[in-house]
Amino acid sequence: MNNLIVLPIVLPIMTGIILIFFSKHIVVQRWLSLISLLAFIGIASSIVQQVYTEGIQTLYMGGWLPPFGIVFVADMFASLLVLTSGIVALSCLWFSFRGIGLDREKYYYYPFFQFLLTGVSGSFLTGDIFNLFVFFEVMLISSYALIVLGATKIQLRETIKYLVVNIVSSALFVASVAYLYAITGTLNMADLSVRVAEVGQTGLLNVVALMFLIVFSLKAGLFLYFWLPGSYSAPPTSIAAIFAGLLTKVGIYALFRTFTLIFYHQPEVTHQIIGWMAGATMILGAIGAIAFSDVRQVLAYNVVIAVGFIVFGLAAHTTAAVEGAIFYLINDMIIKALLFLLGGAMIGIAGTSHLQKMGGLIKYHPVLGWMFFIAAIALAGVPPLSGFIGKLLIVQGGLTAEMYWLVGISLATSLIVLYSIMKVFMHGFWGETKLSPKEEKGSDKGLLAPCAVLVFLSFALGLGADFFYPYIEIAAETLMDPTIYIQAVLKE
Amino acid sequence: MRTNDVILQTVTKTVSFIILLFSVYLFFAGHHNPGGGFIGGLMTAGAIVLLYIAYDIETMKKVIPLDYKKMIALGLLIAVSTGIGSFLFHVPFLSHSFGYFYLPVLGKTELATAVLFDLGVYLTVVGVTMTIILSIGEDDE
Repeated sequence: MNNLIVLPIVLPIMTGIILIFFSKHIVVQRWLSLISLLAFIGIASSIVQQVYTEGIQTLYMGGWLPPFGIVFVADMFASLLVLTSGIVALSCLWFSFRGIGLDREKYYYYPFFQFLLTGVSGSFLTGDIFNLFVFFEVMLISSYALIVLGATKIQLRETIKYLVVNIVSSALFVASVAYLYAITGTLNMADLSVRVAEVGQTGLLNVVALMFLIVFSLKAGLFLYFWLPGSYSAPPTSIAAIFAGLLTKVGIYALFRTFTLIFYHQPEVTHQIIGWMAGATMILGAIGAIAFSDVRQVLAYNVVIAVGFIVFGLAAHTTAAVEGAIFYLINDMIIKALLFLLGGAMIGIAGTSHLQKMGGLIKYHPVLGWMFFIAAIALAGVPPLSGFIGKLLIVQGGLTAEMYWLVGISLATSLIVLYSIMKVFMHGFWGETKLSPKEEKGSDKGLLAPCAVLVFLSFALGLGADFFYPYIEIAAETLMDPTIYIQAVLKE
Repeated sequence: MRTNDVILQTVTKTVSFIILLFSVYLFFAGHHNPGGGFIGGLMTAGAIVLLYIAYDIETMKKVIPLDYKKMIALGLLIAVSTGIGSFLFHVPFLSHSFGYFYLPVLGKTELATAVLFDLGVYLTVVGVTMTIILSIGEDDE
């Protein structure tokens, strides 16, 4: 029993509830949510440290033993992701103090933000597949509210699409859970893993596995990403950044969890298909990233490419590839949020998101420009920064698994990622200065400090990779060997 | 021209109390019989909606001067607090307990902390239902 691991869920939900009482006091809301997030990060890092020293932490809700009650499991993978989401959320929250505007702040922006974080950390920490569904819904319903908040025309249109896609995929999720329950008779993930291993992953269970693949691919934007570029370019910057940093990553986490813990018996069926989908995602995302000359669209397609790349690590299913995928996932959460925040600041200054209409921003905004440059090369995976090690390990793992085609695709898309982001950098920041300081549509005052946190973190992850590597190693070990997880939960 | 709905209003005065009573009965029945916070809350909201139909929004705001959004928050606060209580007693999160007490009128009664959680659900359901209905009803534009 360790009540600490429920705090990443209880703390944001409690803060969100209390903030509803202060819906008109913006200053109180800002301070409370900031303090709560700092506490969240503190708790999350102590959980990471605890898992590091004492192994997987579990908590049986209400004292009911699994598989009968709901169990919360903090293994290294989940707790690292909780910590990263806390830091990403902190930056986005800090950014929104200046970036979001009073109108939205008065209409429950901060409570919804906290509820979103509740759903995200709940999805990471739960050890029960139906509870995972519930936390997905907590996260999605808050994201519906955040994406439509402000009710501009484009937001309304994209919300409808986003809502319909997610309701369909949630209904499929329930159906998949129902089939799985009908076959195995349990909902606890560890127990599911045992039962699936007992009956053998036969035809019927493969079908269920593929249904889960479709569901989580819809959530993560793996191949079924058609809803993503529109939805991510509609809401205001800080909301889009938290979406890009967290939402698809929860889908990726669910893919990793189900296909390493439960459905890992027939990789020639499931992981083969995942590999194909990852390859197609990278190619199609790359095409989108080159095709558009709109900052938001380029960034949104880069989210898609990264999803394909991370999931390729899952498809390869070797220790190196999974370690790389975890490393790259953490890096990607940070960098995507950073790029969306910086892109939002750019758009705010230029007053347009079209690349042809902006230019020469670096003359008056050198810090913004160079931070964007650092984020761009970190995303592409240039050595001193955080993207490199993850990429290297995934490629290494892919080569061990003899997936040469996918390795080729992923290296080629890295080049395209670099090209597409550099296109944004060169068109936006270099060239002739089109706006003098007086003509600019907004300022970046107060917006750069929250981005600097993430830039610093990207450097730290890259330069201090030796320090972080043992944590990643433990996380990958648990993912590659399901018995560790099962023994921690079921205590056999 | 304003229609005279004296029959509707008179019937509502009586019927709404019966519905409210039934909703409270359902709420307390939840532990051993069908019922509970969700259906109890829905039925309470149903009684209030009936009052809103029979009278107008301004009158009802005077009769029940509640902010239903705050009611949602209060319900959630109660529900989460019953979980947080477990931190005080060093038991797993959301542990519930019960005991038998001798109350003045009711005699030997089983009291469970799960009722407090249900009370949170009840308040949240009433709050959400009324917020939805009123925000649609008050939207003139």
